[in-house]
Formats: sequence, structure tokens, C-alpha cells
Amino acid sequence: MSDTTRPVVEISGLHKSFGSLQVLKGVDLQVRRGQVVCVIGPSGSGKSTLLRCVNLLEEPSSGSVVVNGVELTDPDCDIDAARVRIGMVFQSFNLFAHLSVLENLTVAQRKVLRRSKEQAEEVARRNLARVGLTDKEHSMPAQLSGGQQQRAAIARALSMDPEVMLFDEPTSALDPELVGDVLGVMRQLAEEGMTMLVVTHEMQFAREVADQVVFMDGGGIIEQGDPADVIGAPSHERTRTFLSRVLDPTHHGPSDPTG
Amino acid sequence: MSRDTELGDTQHRDQEPPGEPGRRTPAPTAPPRRRMSKRQRARLFRGIQYGILVVALLVLVLAADWDSLGRAFFDPAVIVNQFPEVMTVALVNTITYTAMGFAFALAFGLVIALMRLSSVGPYRWIATLYIEFFRGLPALLVFLALGVGVGYAFGLNLDRSISIMLALGLVGGAYIAETIRAGIQAVPKGQVEAARSLGMSPARTMITVVIPQAFRIILPPLTNELILLTKDSSLAFILGSTLAQHELTQFARNALNTDRSLTPIVVAGFCYLMITLPLSYLSRRLERRFGKGAKTGPGRE
Repeated sequence: MSDTTRPVVEISGLHKSFGSLQVLKGVDLQVRRGQVVCVIGPSGSGKSTLLRCVNLLEEPSSGSVVVNGVELTDPDCDIDAARVRIGMVFQSFNLFAHLSVLENLTVAQRKVLRRSKEQAEEVARRNLARVGLTDKEHSMPAQLSGGQQQRAAIARALSMDPEVMLFDEPTSALDPELVGDVLGVMRQLAEEGMTMLVVTHEMQFAREVADQVVFMDGGGIIEQGDPADVIGAPSHERTRTFLSRVLDPTHHGPSDPTG
Repeated sequence: MSRDTELGDTQHRDQEPPGEPGRRTPAPTAPPRRRMSKRQRARLFRGIQYGILVVALLVLVLAADWDSLGRAFFDPAVIVNQFPEVMTVALVNTITYTAMGFAFALAFGLVIALMRLSSVGPYRWIATLYIEFFRGLPALLVFLALGVGVGYAFGLNLDRSISIMLALGLVGGAYIAETIRAGIQAVPKGQVEAARSLGMSPARTMITVVIPQAFRIILPPLTNELILLTKDSSLAFILGSTLAQHELTQFARNALNTDRSLTPIVVAGFCYLMITLPLSYLSRRLERRFGKGAKTGPGRE
């Protein structure tokens, strides 16, 4: 499991269909230890589905997903045990609404990892400090701002000591002035060497923090590589079109039929 | 009545400011036939309603024989006769039977609700069948079946308290199961996904995350169910009882025969209200706190 040469996440030949709708059409992707990979692309391109396939929240139709050397797509794989090492952060935070912030961070540690109350709270407080929420441990989720909720959700995932963190558009549901707090925490995580797979619309974050950027469209990877190349000088026409719309939303080129 | 006035008043207030300037402009061109404005008609209509009410009250006050009414409903001698047993025996029994029935209904309803949501088809069918069956039966029939029928059929005499608990629980459980199922399905999907992504098993997720949140959602309807069961506990009279086993309805029925007065019924009615009114108050408060609770959350400060 701690084989340093082997990628933490290995996705190969991944297909996913919802009914007759093919969302993923054969995706291959690897994330090495300590690497930050950002997935960008238009809505409906399958990037969130790809991420959700990595911890099997969506069951792939075919292909294989191997995380930390465990093949999750094996039908006999203990998926609950495997998910402990895969942290997931959702667009809509999904903090447990009936538990305080501290309880949100300790409940899985105690029920799944069987840590003692003292140990779980110690880990939880350490992670709350990491995301700057030390004074909020007794608050209920509904009393926090969106940015605070998302940071608490990140701390909750970190409390399980994951090998890799998955971020599913973590800032898309936030008010613009709160985005920075969450991105700051993510940048700090990246600098600490966390392995991260991030689906995001934050091009600046991808450009500055990612080791690799993957552009997806139509259920497949169109291009991937160094952020300076993919975002700065995209080689593919679809990437260029997407980036020009994202980076300059008020500009409507003549090639844009909907503009 | 106060609702009526309120409604009328808001209407009044709502219509006047935009109505007034708008109406003045077309007035000169309008035909000379005098029609009441909407506001005037509403006022007249409200006046008529008050008029009818006042007339009805006057007739009632003048025509009723207050002495005989008072004697029938609030005979002090009979009221004194009821105490303390109506409280120490009848009320206590009603509460005990209801509590036992509700506890059983809740536990049983949870099992049925989980069966209805099971991935195993036959469990779903059994649960659906059960719910449809017991929701469609009068509770009285179930009391008869358990209290009398089982005795005749199998020569097996269930303890009276057990019969009451089972009868109330079987009927109440069918309703509660549907309430719990709705509550479980109302818990946002993201909560389950978050729990699963932290490594919780489906069962662990259900126990730790879904059911606690579902119960918050269904607390108000569950309180209503408790009120219904309180009233249904009166059906225990069909099982026959010793004096010490009388619940409110049976107690009142006995007193009705000995005292030849309506007063015991009134006393029993008040005792039921002593249970149910606080419960409905509680239900309304819970609804205010949890009903739209998604916004404010369960935390108060």
C-alpha cells in the first residue's frame, strides 16, 4: 500500500452510463502520490461523475479503478474499508445537519476507525485548527457560513487520515467572497503534500496549485498536462473555446452558436 | 372568527392603496350606474356575517333553559363524585395504555418502514401488504380480534394489557411506518453520500445519520399519531374491565349509568383534552422548530 512508485489513483478504461446516456467514454487517468490534479471542463462533460467513480459513489459500467493498490471495481472489494482512505469533499458540503461541528468530525472516527472519544476529539481539534475553525467546534452546521461549512467538511475528511482527497467543485456553491478561504485551505493542503484530485471551475487555482490539469469534454479526456500548457497555451480547439468562455465570460465569439 | 377579521383586514389593506388611484382615473368615463367597489362589497359581506352571528347568539341565550343545561353538563354533585378516581385511575390508565401502545407502534413501525425500503423484494411486499391491511381496518375490529377472537380461536387468553398494547400498536404501527418511511426518504441524499464516503456501512449510515435526521423531520406528525392513539385507547372498553382497569371512556360510561347525568362525559372529555391539547401545542411548536428547520437547523443559539 505504501509502494511509493505506484500511483495512488489508477483509472483505466472507465465507462459510465446512466440508462442510455453515456457519461464517461473510456477514461484513463493516474494520480501519483503528492500530486495535485485539477479536472476542468464544461458542465455535462462527466468530470463530477469521474470523481464520484473514484470512491464508487457512482458504480462504473466498465473499466477499473485502483486506489492505494486496492481495486475498488472488484465486486468483492470491501468498499467501506477502502473509502476510509479516500477523503471526499462535496459541492454542497453535506455536513451532518443534526451534529455539531466537532461531532461531525468525530462520528466516523469513532464508529468506523473505532478511535476513543479522547483520541477522536484530539484529531478533530487538530484538523479544525488546520482549516481555521478552532472556535466553531460547538456550532451546528446551519450556524456557519458556506465557506466555514466547506472548511469543516474538509476537516472532517482529513480526520480520517486519507491517502487522497477528492474535491467535487468545492467552491461552486459559495458566495464569491467566501471562495478564497476554501481555496486557501486547499492550497495549504497541497503544499503539505496531500494527494488531491480536484474538479473545479477556479482556473487561477488550477494554474497556480495543480501539478497537472486535465481538460474533459463529452465524456473523455481531451488534453492533459502542465497547467501552463493546458490553461496557458491549449493545443486543442475545444479547450481553447472552453477557456475563452470561462476566462472571458462577456466575450461572445462568432463561433459561439448560443451567444 | 378572529381569522375572518384578520383576512378581511389584510384584504382591505392590500386593496386600498393600489385600488384607489387606479379607480379614480377611469371614473369619469365609467357608466353612471352605481356599483359598489370590491372593497365596499367585502365590507358589506363581513357586516352580514357578523349580523348572523349576533342573531344566532341572541336566540341561543334567550331560548335555552340554562338551569337544566347546567344540571346536565356541570352538575357539581356529580363532578365531586368523579374525583379523585377519574384522575388517579381512569386518566392514569388511559395514559398507560396509550404509552404502551405508542412504544410498541413506534418500534414496530420502524421495522415495517425499514422493510418497505429494503432491497429485498419480498420484505417490501410484506410491509406494503401489512400497511394497507391495517390502515384499512377499524381499530375496534382489531381490539375485538385480539381481545376476544384470539381467545375463542386458540383458547389462548392474552393478558388484557398486552392485548391493548398489541391492538393499539398494530394499528398505530401501520400509520407510523408510513410516516417514518416518508421521513427517511426526506433526508437529503448528500447526507448518505457523505456518510458512505467516510467509510460507514449502509446499516451504520442508517443508524447514525439517516434515522436521527428522519425523526427530527417527522416529530410533528408523530405527535399527531400519539394524539390519535390516545383517543383510540378508549376502545379498550370492548375488552371488559375491573374498576381498577377503567380508562376514561369506560369510567365515564359507568358513571353515566349510576349518576344519570351528562356531567361524567364532560369530565372525561376534559381529561382527554388535558392530554391532547398540550400534545397539539407541542406538535405545533416542534413544527415551527423543525418543520422549516433546514434553514435554522436544530441548534438554537
